Order: sequence, then C-alpha cells, then structure tokens
Amino acid sequence: MTEESIFDEMWGRDERLRRPYKRFNDWLEKEDSKTLRAKQREADDLFRLTGITFNVYGRAEAEERLIPFDIVPRIITGREWQRLSRGIEQRVRAINAFLYDIYHRQEIVRAGRIPEEMISNNAAFLPQMLGVNPPGGVYTHIVGIDLVRTGPDQFYVLEDNARTPSGVSYMLENRETMLQMFPELFLKNRVQPVENYPGDLRRSLAACAPSGAADAPVVAVLTPGIFNSAYYEHAFLADQMGVELVEGHDLRIVDGRVAMRTTRGYQPIDVIYRRIDDDFLDPLNFNPESQLGVPGIMDVYRAGRITIANAPGTGIADDKAIYSYMPEIVEFYTGEQPILENVPTWRCSEPDALAYVLDHLSELVVKEVHGSGGYGMLIGPTATKKDLAAFRNKLKARPSNYIAQPTLSLSTVPVFTNRGLAPRHVDLRPYVLVSPGGIRITPGGLTRVALKKGSLVVNSSQGGGTKDTWVLED
Amino acid sequence: MLGKTANGLFWMYRLLERADCTARLVETGQRIALTRSGTRDDEWRSVLLSAGSFEGFRKYEEDLTKTAAVDWLMRSKDNPSSVLSCISNARQNARMVRTALTPEVWEATNYAYMRVRELLARKLSEREVPPVLDKVRDLASLVQGATHNTMLRNDIYDFTQLGTFLERADNTARILDVKYYVLLPSVAAVGSSLDNVQWDTILRSVSAHGGFRMQHSSAVGPREIARFVILDKQMPRSLAFCARRLRRNLERLRDQYGLVKPSLAMASDLDEFYNVNDIDTIFEFGLHEHTQQTLGEITALGFQIEQDYRFYE
Repeated sequence: MTEESIFDEMWGRDERLRRPYKRFNDWLEKEDSKTLRAKQREADDLFRLTGITFNVYGRAEAEERLIPFDIVPRIITGREWQRLSRGIEQRVRAINAFLYDIYHRQEIVRAGRIPEEMISNNAAFLPQMLGVNPPGGVYTHIVGIDLVRTGPDQFYVLEDNARTPSGVSYMLENRETMLQMFPELFLKNRVQPVENYPGDLRRSLAACAPSGAADAPVVAVLTPGIFNSAYYEHAFLADQMGVELVEGHDLRIVDGRVAMRTTRGYQPIDVIYRRIDDDFLDPLNFNPESQLGVPGIMDVYRAGRITIANAPGTGIADDKAIYSYMPEIVEFYTGEQPILENVPTWRCSEPDALAYVLDHLSELVVKEVHGSGGYGMLIGPTATKKDLAAFRNKLKARPSNYIAQPTLSLSTVPVFTNRGLAPRHVDLRPYVLVSPGGIRITPGGLTRVALKKGSLVVNSSQGGGTKDTWVLED
Repeated sequence: MLGKTANGLFWMYRLLERADCTARLVETGQRIALTRSGTRDDEWRSVLLSAGSFEGFRKYEEDLTKTAAVDWLMRSKDNPSSVLSCISNARQNARMVRTALTPEVWEATNYAYMRVRELLARKLSEREVPPVLDKVRDLASLVQGATHNTMLRNDIYDFTQLGTFLERADNTARILDVKYYVLLPSVAAVGSSLDNVQWDTILRSVSAHGGFRMQHSSAVGPREIARFVILDKQMPRSLAFCARRLRRNLERLRDQYGLVKPSLAMASDLDEFYNVNDIDTIFEFGLHEHTQQTLGEITALGFQIEQDYRFYE
C-alpha cells in the first residue's frame, strides 16, 4: 500500500480538486488560517458547554471527554448518496428478513446457505426469541451501516450495527455546530438536512407500537445510567424526541405492562428504545445479576404488549462471523445481487482460511468476532513483531473467534491542523430507521476520522474524531 | 414526569441554593474579620455552624483558622456543602434530568460548573476570596435567571422551586438558630457597637441588609430585624416568604395532578402560622424554640415531598 494509491475525497488521487468540494475550497482560500484556528477552538468550547462528552471506560474515576471535532466537512454528492441509500435499504431489508427467518423456520440454514452451527453456537443468538413475533414485524428499528470508501465509486460495508448503533447525536450536533460557526457555507452549498432525525425517530418508533396501543403511543428511552459512556446521547435523544429517559429502577411490570414510576404513579409504556444490551435487559430471563434491566419485561414482550427497539437477539445479524455471509443473505432474501459490497473476509474457523491468514498476518486486519469499539484487533502492517507473534498464538488457540480482512486503502478527507490541511482516513456511518411504514435513511451520517497521520483506527475510544457530513442537493 | 426526575430537579436546585448560601456566609465572615479589630476566629465557628458543617470540619481540621474555614467552605471535596461540592453535584443532577431542562438552563449550569472548577482549583489567597465570591454569586444568578426566563411554568418548574425554597428556608432557620441570642430583647444593649455588628451579620447572611435599610430608615433594634427575617412577606429569604412559596408550588402541583397530598397540608400549616402570628407571639413562644421547631418542620416537609411524588419508589 503506497501513499499514491490513496483516494482523497477532496483532491482525488492526482491533486485535482473534486467537484463537490469546489465551493468549499473557494471559501477556504479566502479564509486565513489564524481565523480558522480560532474557529476550531470555538467549536471545542461549544461542545464543552453543551456537554457533548463521552465517559471513558476503564478509569478509576469516570472522566468526561470531548470527541475531537474537525471543521472541514466531508462532502458527498446527491448522486453518490442515491446509490448508497439504495444499497443500504436493500441490506437492511435483508437483515430484517434474515432475523425473522432465524427466529422462525431457519429456511436459510435448511437451504444450506449458512452452516447450522454458525447460528446455534453463536453467543449473539437468543433461543428465547424463537417463535416470537415482534410488533409490526420489525427487528432492527435503528441500524447503522459502517461504510468505507477506496475510490470514486468504490464503497464497502465494513460492519452492520444492528443492536444499538451509537453516535447519531454527533451527526446532529456536528451539523448544529457548523451552522452556528459557518452559516455562510450553507448559503453557498445546498446541503440536505439531518435535523429531522429525532422527529423521524419518534414517528418511526411510534409506528412500531404493539396493536392496541393508544393513538399517541408512549415512547421512552432506556439508559444504563449517567455513568454509561453514551449517556449524553441517551439524554440528547430523549430530549429531542420529547420522551422520558428511564433507567431500569424507574420501571416495573404493572397489570401485564411495562410501566414507569412518575410523580403521579405508574404509567404504562408502549415502545421502549433501549440502549442496554440484551444480556442486561431482563434479570429473570437473561443475566440474573443485571441491575439495569426490568424483571419480567421479556414476558410482556412475548405477550405482544410492548415494543422493544431494537428487538432482543438482533446481534446475530451484525456478528462479525455472520458478516462474511451477508452477500448470500442479501441474495437469499431479496433475490437481487447486493448493491453494496462486503470487504472480502476470511473466516478463521475454516482451516484453509486460517492457514492463509497465518501466512499473511502482516498484511491483514484481524478482528474478534464479538469485539467492538476497535478493541482486541490486530492491524498487520503496523503491528510489531511481538504483537504478530501474540496474535498468531491467539488465532491457533481459538480460530473461530476471529475473522481477517485485507487492509483496504481507505479514502482520506483533509482535516484542519496547525500546519494547514492534512489528509486523514475516514469512514461513514449512515443511520437507518425501519418501521412498518418503510425505511428512512438520513442523508449524511457520522463521519469518523483517524486524527493520527496514517492511522486507520477511527474509533472515538482510540483517538478518533468526527466531521460534519454533507450530502449535497444535486 | 418520572419520580426520579422530580428528585433530580429538587436536589439540583437545593444544591444551587446551598452553594449560594454557603458563599454568602463566607462573605459575611470575611467582612466581619476585616471590619473588626483583632482576630476573632470564633466568628468562623458560628459561620461553620450556620453552614451546618462545623462537625464535619472538626473531623478533618485541627485548628479553626480563617484560611482553613474558607477552604473548607469553598472548595473541600470532603465537605458536601462546600461551594465546589454543591455545584458539582447540582450539575450531576442536571445531567440526570437533562431532558426536563431547557438548553439555556443546562448550559448555564454546565458553565457555572466549569467556571467554579477553574476558580476553585487551588487554595484561595486572601485577595482572591472577594472576586471569587462575586463570581460564584453571578454564576448562581445566571442559572436562576435562565430558569425564570426559559422554563415552562409546569410541574418541572414547581419541583425546582420546591428545592430552592426548602433549602432557603432551612438556611435562614439555621442562621437564626446560631445567632438567635443576639436578637433576644433581654440581652439587647441597643446602640452598642457589638450588637450592631451582630445584627449586621444576620442581615448580610440572608442578603437583606439593603432591603432592610429600604424599609427602616431610622434606628432599629433586634425586634425589627427578627420580624424582617422571619415574617416579612416581601423579603425573599424570610421564613414566611419561603413558606408561602412552598405552599403555592404544592397547590399548583395539586391542581395539575388533581391529587391532594399530605405535604400540602404541612406547608399550609407552616404558612398559616406566619399569617396569624406576629413577632411578639414568636418572642413569647421563644425565638430559639421557634427556630428549632421550624427546622424540624422543614426537614419533615422535605421527606414528605419525597414520598408524595415518588422520588425513590
């Protein structure tokens, strides 16, 4: 992988300004870097004042930190977006059909397209969901599809987030910040709005209410609490939707329904947008140690008297081992070729694949099947000999715990540094809402950027930052 | 509204009010130390008593010096009523009830927290104390201003006010509890400079020396001061004023919820007491006894509000 081969979304491969960035660049050339540096500091102050912070895990004292925000927007044309959103919609439909199938007749297994043990031996598979029909038939009410780009027309799906995709508050606050700091940019560029997301989310969730719910269903957001790393986002979404933010100890089962303790007594809830993991959802049905969930909520759910978004057990669809089967899954349920490509993936559980991975370890990215947040992964090209040796042993000991992928030459977008613009690698997470009424994709999403030169790790827990993402009206 | 949210709002505003009260007590202590000859550290003892944290102070500090007292009251993390602790915990509660607050109130609270943390990062030198106290007062006013200007007058607002006025009543009663003896007619040597300073202390502790001067231009004695601090219906820190506000807010909750709760009866009794009694009756009953009883009633009312509105279960 050489520097020349990297595609920059502003400057292409040959330092020629790409069209979508033209107006932005005209504006940029007239700004002096001193003003921009001041603006960058202003952005940090705005974030700190609004309290857009995340808590860092693994520290003695819960510490609040800002995710660095970069003022250079990431710009996508309307045409590019149209193709992406068609691909995303197709993929999300397939994921929902797959989940229904897996928790009912398992046709895809019977057809021999996915090995049976990939399902039954998978920690993300919830036998408690077998035969359960979620209200409205929706499993993944909110999905985040992580995309990477390697060229003008080459996009790949890096990961599907079908459990509780986070980061959407940054998509909204990044836009708010840009609107406040550089209003003139939005007069020169016609950027598709993202600010309808909270309203869309509320409508989408309400549309998934169980049958028999009131005309205006009661929606609530369930958070693990103030010390969770994404607490800010939970509060933000509840606030923007105008619904209650509840914790497990605010809830109880009253007359066969989930109800929240209010100043006037217990009030039933129709739809719960939970931001806690399956395992903690119900101490009676899952982890008995959980203090975060609601004892008995699964029984109410099975009785069809509450909607849980996302449905329990959706993790089976975004598991990294299942990921490698996504092309088959899309084809099986939609009868179409996938519009969005998967990154080629070696399943280390297969002996041939394992042999290849061990031989080419220094060229590959190796991920834990159940890992997230960039923890527990190996990036071959930048790893030390010691890291490689350690990972070789891990792979041999538990091959089925890992998948491997080639290191893609991810596209870059410039970031603003003290020495001017500099290219940094990015990915993109668009947010998708699913309800019986249809699928809605907010134009844009969260662009994460690796702030360290040459780094490919964009996770905020590992020093990544974010950018505002523009989808232009063509 | 969630019971938990009502609890968070109630405590957020109690703590903001407490920070303000603590800062005012330090200001008063500071002033006395500067305007009197000689070092009178026993004044700091009474400041600590009024702040309700003398016992706590004793556990951590050997000597009662001005520096130690100011540090304890302003920035000690071991003192839950220090300005720094109150503002930090108020902000923690604000994070918890973020969905109930307007962005203006949240940002004012968060800003107050960030500034106070900066201002109180290190021990304050003598000359730093007055400007920092000014700043704390400004910051508390900022949150109160945002509250009054942007919050809907609904149940959320009522819980913020219940927190504010319960804490304020408690604070005024505690100041009286510590200083009641200087207001007793039997020891009042009218005109002596010692007593003037003590009276001034009481008025300053409840931010009322300006208001009092407006009402009383001529020479006055302890009876007028006691009446002003306990019974004056216009003075926003008097016990009567706080009782009236508590009652009104609980009545508003009754009307909004259509539920009659025991806390309203308690607040009404408190308010009624100040309606029918004048200062002479209170002196007859005993100023100290009255203050003690009021403190008990305020605590009981707080517990009752917790239960009535399901703060915990």
